[in-house]
Amino acid sequence: MILFLAYAAVLLSFLSGILALLMRQHCSVIKWVHYCCTKRPDWQQCLNNWLEQSVYPQRIQQLSFICLGMAGVFAMIAGVGGLISEQAMTAQLPLGLPWLPWHVRFDSLSGLFFLIIGIAIFAVSCYGPGYVKGNNEQEHPFAVLGLFSGLFIAGMLLVLLADDAFFFMISWELMSVASYFLVAFQHENSANRHAAFIYLIMAEVGAIAIILAFGVLASFSDGGAFTFDALRNASLSDTWASVAFVLALVGFGMKAGLVPLHVWLPEAHPVAPSHISALMSGVMLKVAVYGLIRFSFDLLGDIQWQWGVALMIIGAISALGGILYAMMQPNLKRLLAYSSVENIGIIFMVLGLSMIFLAKGHPTLAALGFVAALFHAFNHALFKNLLFLGAGIIQHQVHSLNIDDMGGLIKRMPHTSKLFLIACMSISSLPLLNGFVSEWLAFQAALQVGVLDDAVLRSLVPVMAAALALTAALAAACFVKLFGMMFLGLPRTRHAAKAEETQDKGMLFSLSLLAGLCFLFGIFPGLMINLLDNVALQLLGHSLPNATAAGWLWLTPVSAEKASYSAPIVLFLAAIAGGISYRYLRRDPAMALRESETWDCGFGGLTPRMQYTSSAFTMPFRRIFSKVWIIDETITKQPGTMPLQVTDIHYELHVNDHSWPKLYQPIEKSVNRIARLVSRMQTGNIRVYLSYSFFTLIFLLWVIS
Amino acid sequence: MNVLFAIIQTLLFIALAPLLAGWVKWCKCHLQNRRAPSLLQPYRDLIKLTHKQPVVSKDASWLFIIAPYIIFSTTALAVSVVPLLAVDLPTASSADVIVLVGFLAFARFFLVLAGLDVGTAFGGMGSSREMTISAMAEPAMLMAVFTLTMTASTTNLSFAIDHVLQEGLVLRPSFIFSLSALMLVAVAETGRIPVDNPATHLELTMIHEAMILEYSGRHLALIEWASQLKLMLYGVLIANIFFPWGIAETLSLSVLGYGLLAIMGKLALLVVVLAISETLLAKMRLFRVQEFLSFAYLLGLLGMLSHIILEAAR
Repeated sequence: MILFLAYAAVLLSFLSGILALLMRQHCSVIKWVHYCCTKRPDWQQCLNNWLEQSVYPQRIQQLSFICLGMAGVFAMIAGVGGLISEQAMTAQLPLGLPWLPWHVRFDSLSGLFFLIIGIAIFAVSCYGPGYVKGNNEQEHPFAVLGLFSGLFIAGMLLVLLADDAFFFMISWELMSVASYFLVAFQHENSANRHAAFIYLIMAEVGAIAIILAFGVLASFSDGGAFTFDALRNASLSDTWASVAFVLALVGFGMKAGLVPLHVWLPEAHPVAPSHISALMSGVMLKVAVYGLIRFSFDLLGDIQWQWGVALMIIGAISALGGILYAMMQPNLKRLLAYSSVENIGIIFMVLGLSMIFLAKGHPTLAALGFVAALFHAFNHALFKNLLFLGAGIIQHQVHSLNIDDMGGLIKRMPHTSKLFLIACMSISSLPLLNGFVSEWLAFQAALQVGVLDDAVLRSLVPVMAAALALTAALAAACFVKLFGMMFLGLPRTRHAAKAEETQDKGMLFSLSLLAGLCFLFGIFPGLMINLLDNVALQLLGHSLPNATAAGWLWLTPVSAEKASYSAPIVLFLAAIAGGISYRYLRRDPAMALRESETWDCGFGGLTPRMQYTSSAFTMPFRRIFSKVWIIDETITKQPGTMPLQVTDIHYELHVNDHSWPKLYQPIEKSVNRIARLVSRMQTGNIRVYLSYSFFTLIFLLWVIS
Repeated sequence: MNVLFAIIQTLLFIALAPLLAGWVKWCKCHLQNRRAPSLLQPYRDLIKLTHKQPVVSKDASWLFIIAPYIIFSTTALAVSVVPLLAVDLPTASSADVIVLVGFLAFARFFLVLAGLDVGTAFGGMGSSREMTISAMAEPAMLMAVFTLTMTASTTNLSFAIDHVLQEGLVLRPSFIFSLSALMLVAVAETGRIPVDNPATHLELTMIHEAMILEYSGRHLALIEWASQLKLMLYGVLIANIFFPWGIAETLSLSVLGYGLLAIMGKLALLVVVLAISETLLAKMRLFRVQEFLSFAYLLGLLGMLSHIILEAAR
């Protein structure tokens, strides 16, 4: 039954893509309607009216998004079902290679990620109609967007269902290639084509690494079979297991955007349409996390603690690097993309911690770390979707993504600003919201490090915990800046001053839904943690026996004596404290507020240009962590003017990523050099080419004989 | 009974915070050969401010008006989970020490947003500096706190203090390091010299005051009160974690009275130390603060490592 729902979700997302293809096929659809309903003229009439020429494209769009929304609902139900049910469901589909039909398996890990994707695509399907309304159909045809969105989502869902390496790779490629077309959707910009190309290259290199990882595993399996069952039973030596793990880490890490494999992410995510960026950043990265969890915890089985250390260090670098780069971005969507790198880093860090505990024989603590990582993945999907969808609304209204072009939007866009604030608070991991709970659990896991008997590990883990604390503090700074620059202060441009709240109910609904979920799981994290417990039980064989042992009000990850957190009580107390102070001070009506001019030191004439800009706000960080970026700061003064004439001073700031010149440009150069060497073989002379063929033939004959 | 006690203790905490601020001023004035205002002057200031009509900039949004209430109530919430008089505090289990840091971050988030709301250069400057300092201070603080929580193997403040109390007077190198780290962080987080100067309005140096420049009337009163609470909170944390002796272990009236006297004595002494250091030191340049805080972080790290290597070795 649950498996059926999962199939339905996949088929509906395919259907939504195919419906989008019918966008310009009005005549043939009408003909087809006539053909099908020859016996029921009343139906035919009805459908004819409904699909009238003038409203036809809208109808098709609506249908396509409805299909997507239903796919989301089915995926959510299937996901929850998979999380609740204790056993994995398996099946075989008569598709694929003749000797290897597609194996399907749906367990609680797949269920969790189905739930994440389901929520995301449901939100996107509510948001999409409003977002694509403004698109120019000639320039940016909906058929392309809808088709590839459908394929992309179906690919992600199939990855989660796959139970053999072939099927997994086919779905993985479907996901990668479909998303390439989505990144290249607005291809009239050369920057977008460039971003899409980088994305495609890196996705394919990552895919090769994953294939190799599966290959290593399969060569040790029984008869070289590629089903996951056979791979699970493969017995590898420690070295080969580590080789497979490293290959998988490179492959999945490239998709997940671990530093230094992240460079495609801030290029590709911003240029896709906003709801697609939301899916890519909030969900597709999670599929990569799923891949790594499936590969290492499930298929490889025997976890080694060195892997955990590697994962933790790489995760910490990604987390800190991601947030520091995010801080310097003036482009809203680039900033959000870099912040995804940060959050993925946090997830990997906590997964690494869980691996260390597991390898050292503390499975309950491993389960704690595992649950924290999964919960953070879930939370990140919620608030990152919310942020990207909000960014789409703002881009529509302000016609810019540069946060220094905004300002004062809190008054122009009251609803969007409130929802965006919730997302910012959540991602800054403030109490009462969901981001805090997962980070709290991560800290709790890290603090149990005393049980390890390796002194090096025991001192490494607290340092990682401090890195996590620094990441959280920097994230708060980054998102305070983001919210402050975008929504507070005075409008910095004409567009920002004229921005209006979006009129589309669906867009606001999807934002409110996600914000509500952020709040819900911040107050009642026990709901989700009980579900996640099943995943830990199925995969690690252990769960958190005491997580909600003290009742639904309390969260006690290890035991009530060690740590407890009760968000409902905190909320209750906060409401009382806030209520008392508010009531008490507001009782005198004569003391109402008086409005006045802003204090301008008596000089007069404050202008929006005098406000702090985003680069001014982050200047102290730029100075403190100056080694992290390549900072190119130039100040040019017009010659022969007064020294203090500010209008003649021109300031330019470029902040760049180290990984391009340090890692990628050398690779690019060496590839070019090799290509030039190889090109010497091409003389353009037919006789030389014929002799090449001749000698190759001789060589091959010699090899065969 | 326990819950009632928690409420009373929180109210007492909130009521005593201005007195502590008055005592700081009194000590500093005497050390600097100035005539001191009365100890009750902060109360008079708060009362005066609550009776004034607040003036709000016409460019301010709802966030500016609601922020003081949020700042005050989250700080009060943070205060409510810190054992002041007695070890056994029921609210301590609803929010542990990591949540406490989270509450302070919550209050700061809104304070900084309020600083950015009106759109003046001062507000932005203060906000940017505050976020910089807090980003450096928070890891240092957590590092210091983690040493305690790993020693006591709990993050619940009540249980942790109880653990220290049961152990008796043991010389722990890790505690000396984390005590110094926490003191440095406290100086930075409460905006005292040498990081920030609460008594100045000079634009080159101010941090906290720059953010709240637009506030007046009851809004200002709430924010001032919240920062006094924060000062006392750090004082109580230092006093009760590292020197818990005197804190009441049962809820009988005489023991509680003794506990009150003990904590007031400890805080008074701590404040004298603060006043002396504020008198002796000059304010640092802004970009020296990072060195100050990285030193705090280093101390916290050393504390953690010495705990792991020296004390938890098996």
